[in-house]
Amino acid sequence: MVTAAAHAAVVGAGAFAPVDQDYLFQARQMQAMSFAAHIPLVCFGVAFPALVMFVEWLHLRTGKPLYLTLARRWSKIMLALFAVGVVTGTILSFELGLLWPNFMATFGDVFGLGFAVEGFSFFVEAIFIAVYIYGWGSLSPRAHFLTGIPIVISGFTGSLMVIAVNGWMNHPTGFRLENGQAVDVHPFAALFENGYFWHELVHMYLAAYIVTGFLVASIYALGWLKGRRGPYERAALVIPLTIASLAAPAQVIVGDWAARDVAKTQPVKLAALEGLATTTRGAPEHLLGWYDGHEVKYGIRIPRLLSVLAFHDPNATVKGLDTVPADERPPVNVVRFAFQTMVGIGVMLAGIGTFFIGVWLRKRRLPRSVWFYRALLLAGPLSLVALVAGWMTTEVGRQPWVVYGVMRTTDAVTGANGIPVGYATLALVYLGLVVAVAWVLRRLARAPLDIPNGGAIDAPR
Amino acid sequence: MHLVDVPLLLILAGLSAYAVLGGADFGAGMWQLVGGPRLREHAHHSMGPVWEANHVWLIFVLVVCWTAYPRAFGSIMSTLAVPFFIAGIGIVLRGTAYALRSGTVSLREQRTVEIVLACSSILTPFALGAAIGGIASGRVPVGNAGGDLASSWLNPTSALTGGLAVVTAVYLAAVYLAADGVRLGDAELVRAYRLRALVSGLVAGAVALGGLLVVRSDARPIWDGLTSGSGLAAVIVSAVAGTATLLAILQGRFQLARGTAALAVAAIAVGWVLAQRPVFLPGLTIEEAAAGRSTLWAIIVTVAIGAVVLVPSLFFLFRLVLRGRFDADEPEPETVAAATPAQARPNLLLVAGACLAVGAGLMLVVDARWALIVGVVGLFGFLVTGFLAVATSAAEGEPQE
Repeated sequence: MVTAAAHAAVVGAGAFAPVDQDYLFQARQMQAMSFAAHIPLVCFGVAFPALVMFVEWLHLRTGKPLYLTLARRWSKIMLALFAVGVVTGTILSFELGLLWPNFMATFGDVFGLGFAVEGFSFFVEAIFIAVYIYGWGSLSPRAHFLTGIPIVISGFTGSLMVIAVNGWMNHPTGFRLENGQAVDVHPFAALFENGYFWHELVHMYLAAYIVTGFLVASIYALGWLKGRRGPYERAALVIPLTIASLAAPAQVIVGDWAARDVAKTQPVKLAALEGLATTTRGAPEHLLGWYDGHEVKYGIRIPRLLSVLAFHDPNATVKGLDTVPADERPPVNVVRFAFQTMVGIGVMLAGIGTFFIGVWLRKRRLPRSVWFYRALLLAGPLSLVALVAGWMTTEVGRQPWVVYGVMRTTDAVTGANGIPVGYATLALVYLGLVVAVAWVLRRLARAPLDIPNGGAIDAPR
Repeated sequence: MHLVDVPLLLILAGLSAYAVLGGADFGAGMWQLVGGPRLREHAHHSMGPVWEANHVWLIFVLVVCWTAYPRAFGSIMSTLAVPFFIAGIGIVLRGTAYALRSGTVSLREQRTVEIVLACSSILTPFALGAAIGGIASGRVPVGNAGGDLASSWLNPTSALTGGLAVVTAVYLAAVYLAADGVRLGDAELVRAYRLRALVSGLVAGAVALGGLLVVRSDARPIWDGLTSGSGLAAVIVSAVAGTATLLAILQGRFQLARGTAALAVAAIAVGWVLAQRPVFLPGLTIEEAAAGRSTLWAIIVTVAIGAVVLVPSLFFLFRLVLRGRFDADEPEPETVAAATPAQARPNLLLVAGACLAVGAGLMLVVDARWALIVGVVGLFGFLVTGFLAVATSAAEGEPQE
């Protein structure tokens, strides 16, 4: 057994030694594109089933047919987006091996388990989404409602496991490295005891509701501006808007937690987010501006704010980029710009949400200003931008490491030729996919509204 | 049987399920290339509720492979990058076609979508089959893209396995679609797909048997494995089950044919793995490829727990499908009578406010693990209660108006 293990270690270390890949950057771009195409669908996979179920529950509770119509129509969109999410997710799992074979060969046994649990979640999700969609007419209303519950749970557990893997990549635990091989592996510890898992999970979970809520609301805000303001449209606007409006301010608090964790465990990433060249006591925060390699130029400087944000202490010392050699620093401006985009949009969304909730609490009516609905129209796409910017922050901010401090991205990449061809092909296919999805969503939205009994309530209230 | 072999059994189970269920999906996609609109509609309708679940078997195989045999996975995916990429593109096109189908209104639009679906349904199993051929014929060395990017999947064995994947898919789908036609009581569908099942069954059997000669010249170790011991047993099972399927179809016993056709195809996958054991890749045995004990146990336990959830769920889905509960085209759901009148819930708002205050306070001010946990719970309490309080009343309308 000992000799077999030793032999395997030699095989592994030799065969999966770093290679010279001319197209590392294209490989990273391809991975990023695939991810950016998939992550909005994850949001819909996590949050949309809960919204559809809530509407179905309203129907069970009030008997109003318009809720049933809304739930059915939304469930069709849910299925279409799930189908696209299934296949774009498959591409991501393929790419782990196609683009990063050394990463998989070295650490597949450490984090792979996370994807196994994710696979089961995915199974349950696929099964019950089918039952839910095809069972509208054939199951009793109560049984039908119950079949939605596994979709909501598995949407959560599935994303939870993927987040656990990402948390591990940022804060690798649960193994030792020996001759380039992971030994003494504890997969569960790797996934759940890394310091990034919890804040990433909560941050992403809220993001899913924010993105789904604002995107759906922005579509009905467009209708609202065009004068479509019946009871059906009102419900379709208010329900997603409410959850997004509550989640957006809550996300600010979670973001503060995430930033403090990053400050503790990935000080270089934090320094890149803020363009902090040297370790500073009572570090200032810069809004906007450009990092020129030494400092942030043309930014709005707020003294001591960074120390306050990172450690809740105006005199705290924040580590700078100079704590590591130049070849261990991420590209500062990309990370910083992404981070500020996320935070800027996040604060704006929190503002829109707080305004809506405030108006409702004080006046028990929807905002009347046409500008609110115009802002809402933008909020959907902007939430998507913030989502992708947030992931850029954490993924590019981890560079040059794929496994923070353990394996460089350059050492993970494939030795195969043809990355640019694959990248271009996939880009074309995904372009077609986006057009196709836009087309089918438009079609589904334009199907004539058919509310049973003309919208009358079946039983007297 | 050693611990290192158990994940391989799981992979084998997943691979068999994918070959049978995913295969039937691909086949149903291919059958949408030919025939009249009614036949094509039947092929689409039969797979609608199950294709996503059937697809997940592939993910299952991948994740067990990369967790339990990471070095083998890295070697296979990097050398066979081209066929796996092609399969990935095919899978994207298939998913897109399924999503698009729900938006089509005219026959012309439907036809376009069907052709995309059919072409990608041929491409994907061929590419995946060709990749398996590369592994089986020893063309994937250990290492990062250590093999030839082209000849690793463009070779006689790959041509055979790719072709075999396509014809078995066509055959399985025809058998299943004929059986579904019986359930629907539609004689025309049964007649059409019965004939297709017979013809494609004969073709699949001929390819499988003739392919043995290709294997003999191009992948000698596999030939040796398939002609002796447990590998031979699998070949015999496949041949007998395939013959039984043809007889069952001739007698019109389609439910029996469903089972035997599945067995015939699964036995091919099993036979391959049995013939290749104990070699995973050239110079790498299964034992050498395997991850450490703790990971192997973790994956086995996880799959066992997952199966407890998965098996009843799959059973539930397939029972609904096979009993025809989803056959009606867009049935009207029942509306329900009002249960309880909607009530104003001022208390919920108070609870939401309290949750927010506690959650935010603890998370922002107190720097301790317990405070974070309670704080996050408080924050979620705020979201749920706040949502229930605002959304239920705001969606209902404005009393003042």
